[in-house]
Amino acid sequence: MEKTLSDTYKDILINEVLNNPDKKFNDNTNNLLSALRRDTIDRPVIFVGKGSCGVIAGANGTYDAVKEYISARSINAELLEVGCGGFCAAEPVVEVQLPGRSRIAFQQVMADQVDHFLDQIFNNILDREKAVAQYRNQYHEPWEGIPFLDELPFFAHQKRIVLDQCGLINPERIEDYIAREGYQAFIKTIRNYTAEYLCSLVEESQLRGRGGGGFPAGKKWRSALKTASDKKYVICNADESDPGAFMDRSIMEGNPHRLIEGIAIAAYAIDASKAYIYTKAEYSLALYRLENAIQQAKEFGLLGEDIFESGFNLNIEIRKSAGAFVCGEETALISTIEGRRGMPSPKPPYPSEKGLFGKPTIVNNVETLANVPAIIHNGPQWFNRIGTETSKGTKLFSLTGKVKHTGLIEVEMGTSLQDIIDKIGGGIRNDKEVKAIHLGGPTGSTIPPQHFDTPVCFEALKKVNTLMGSGGMVILDEDSCMVDMAKFFMDFIRKESCGKCIPCREGTLRIHEILENITRRPEHESGHQTLERFKGVMQLEGLAEVIRDTSLCGLGKTAPSPVLSTMKWFRHEYEEHIFDRKCKAGVCKQLRSFYIDVDKCTGCMICAKKCPVNAIIGSEKKPHFIIDEKCIGCGICLDVCKFNAVYVK
Amino acid sequence: MDNPLDRILKQYPNTRRDNLLPLLQDIHDSLGYLSEESIIKVSQHLSLPSSKVYGVATFFDQFHFEPQAHFVIRICSGTSCHLSGSAEIMDEFKKTLNIRPGQTTRDGVFRLEEVPCLGACGLSPIVEVNGESHTGFSVQQIADLVEACKENVA
Ligand SMILES: Cc1cc2nc3c(=O)[nH]c(=O)nc-3n(C[C@H](O)[C@H](O)[C@H](O)COP(=O)(O)O)c2cc1C
Repeated sequence: MEKTLSDTYKDILINEVLNNPDKKFNDNTNNLLSALRRDTIDRPVIFVGKGSCGVIAGANGTYDAVKEYISARSINAELLEVGCGGFCAAEPVVEVQLPGRSRIAFQQVMADQVDHFLDQIFNNILDREKAVAQYRNQYHEPWEGIPFLDELPFFAHQKRIVLDQCGLINPERIEDYIAREGYQAFIKTIRNYTAEYLCSLVEESQLRGRGGGGFPAGKKWRSALKTASDKKYVICNADESDPGAFMDRSIMEGNPHRLIEGIAIAAYAIDASKAYIYTKAEYSLALYRLENAIQQAKEFGLLGEDIFESGFNLNIEIRKSAGAFVCGEETALISTIEGRRGMPSPKPPYPSEKGLFGKPTIVNNVETLANVPAIIHNGPQWFNRIGTETSKGTKLFSLTGKVKHTGLIEVEMGTSLQDIIDKIGGGIRNDKEVKAIHLGGPTGSTIPPQHFDTPVCFEALKKVNTLMGSGGMVILDEDSCMVDMAKFFMDFIRKESCGKCIPCREGTLRIHEILENITRRPEHESGHQTLERFKGVMQLEGLAEVIRDTSLCGLGKTAPSPVLSTMKWFRHEYEEHIFDRKCKAGVCKQLRSFYIDVDKCTGCMICAKKCPVNAIIGSEKKPHFIIDEKCIGCGICLDVCKFNAVYVK
Repeated sequence: MDNPLDRILKQYPNTRRDNLLPLLQDIHDSLGYLSEESIIKVSQHLSLPSSKVYGVATFFDQFHFEPQAHFVIRICSGTSCHLSGSAEIMDEFKKTLNIRPGQTTRDGVFRLEEVPCLGACGLSPIVEVNGESHTGFSVQQIADLVEACKENVA
């Protein structure tokens, strides 16, 4: 794959496209742009989706197999890697565009199927089982009987602003981005706007932070702009510490230039000449693509000194996080960049007044910044017409859990949670009942079905005691246990508490202990232990409130949310665990009761021999029996039985 | 002069404190762990007390302080993987290898780790062996996997 662009192309892109305010291009330039957008192609193009999810599903093997196919047969075709389109369940996705025809997407193309698959498509035969959808393009003749991408329910109910080019363009080539009007907003900004005016544009757009807090971005920027200082900084928060969320990673992998353009505009707005991107060290592909994108932007003069003769300088440096949830909190993040332990510090002073190295600093989330180029390009009124009264634009979610179609989605603010589950997610897998939605990661909250009509909107969600969070959305069905869920999140928080504030450090540990107690099987439980358990449960709520009210940072303040929200909406499940000692969903292993099916049991005695507490009685060749009071619920009998005679209830 | 440690330190002529983490990360990438020697050298290089360097390093999960095993088995315990049974997989690995997460087997062959999220939630549960992902993993695959690794070492 040719990585370097010939210098003439580069000159055209810089001088004719980027440096051309009226955008009236001559034929030569138009042809180049059209070719870069793949509107007109003279040879087949094959796109392989190589986001992290694709790679994990085997896209590297698929990519190599396609490459070998092409070179072995000396086929004149172009092979490109693209980011994640968001439809994770379909990975590895391969898209093929034949000259004059629509670009068409195929799902689950594994390496060993590539030869057969390409044989077919190059002979104009469609594998209809694998074909998912085709792209709409006025210049291309569509394939018959294949839906367009925007007709698939998964995509039809989304509104893609931030993600519009993810999965479409090659993230490793700046020219693909420029051909789709990339960096135009940045150049327009540094040519025409003052920092003051730029801040007012962003204020007018009513863009709010997507990292969880929902703070107005324009207001934050103005505060940093107004604070006088010789040096200022922009930090892009790409730590994405919520386990189960991958919005930011997908943006960085799928369209890194979009983020860099957003950062550059933000830096101009506060007059900063240095920006940091702070991201997870595990995000190796995102790191590679960002570094590559920064390098290309430098070569095009879009970063560095005196950018496009505007006198504005900017350098972007990438910092890798070393794995700590709390470092996503902005003050802790700043400490980490300074080379200290990642512990939060009290606010005020806010980072926009006194941040990195004591200088005014704005910290913004990836998604927030990736919205900025579109706002500048289309104008603030365009943006604030999208969404609800108080929440403008769109929101990204990583939709996971028990829905049919999991993946990365972007919806207009105001879309109801029910629509996300039913229309985009395609409903619940295996026709199960939905039980709840969990929003906002480990420190987020759970929403019960009676509130699924709530729209995605900062204020509306607050009304049901939920914060929007950064975009983790987990759908739970009847097989999920809410107590186990709360325990899972508390276990995470307990490990991730930085230890600075005692209520958070000790309190989360205690909450986890209490939840462990509820879900543990009473083993020779004396009266004393039972009493302790009840006392603990009674204190659970009080403890949660103390942690919430007395912790310094957002971690402690929201740490008890999973417990408080599940206790509020699913109190009956807690009661069932405490009083009946049962877990209906069958998740809490130790609360399971085991039975032996007398018809199936052959009396082989294996279970009785293996039972660690001698809870199984019975003689040879006769059906056995489990004494419930003695059983500790380890499940060994279930594992060792060769006749499937042991069952759980 | 061939010491990789010195080579890395040389790449950081600027001895400001904010170089501490990138420096530790580079050393960790190259050695696989942070040795006592490396902590001391870094502290001398940045003119920080070694206790401070150690304090920062131990704050973060990413750093190990003992040499790495042949096979690092990382089990994703993110929300989605948890829902698809990662806890059971972890239990089985613990039983099979007789170690807990964060530990290395005595022969230095296996290390077990629990990781918060590998970011492929659509394909859960996920087990990663030396960076190679196994998607839709099930408890039944464990024995074969462990055997294959052992053969690989022998
Ligand atoms: C415990 C904790 C973890 C956080 N993790 C993240 C994160 O992973 N990504 C993020 O953008 N913001 C995170 N935040 C929010 C940041 O502190 C900050 O508000 C945000 O980056 C501001 O950007 P925004 O205004 O664009 O949303 C976290 C906050 C807390 C308290």
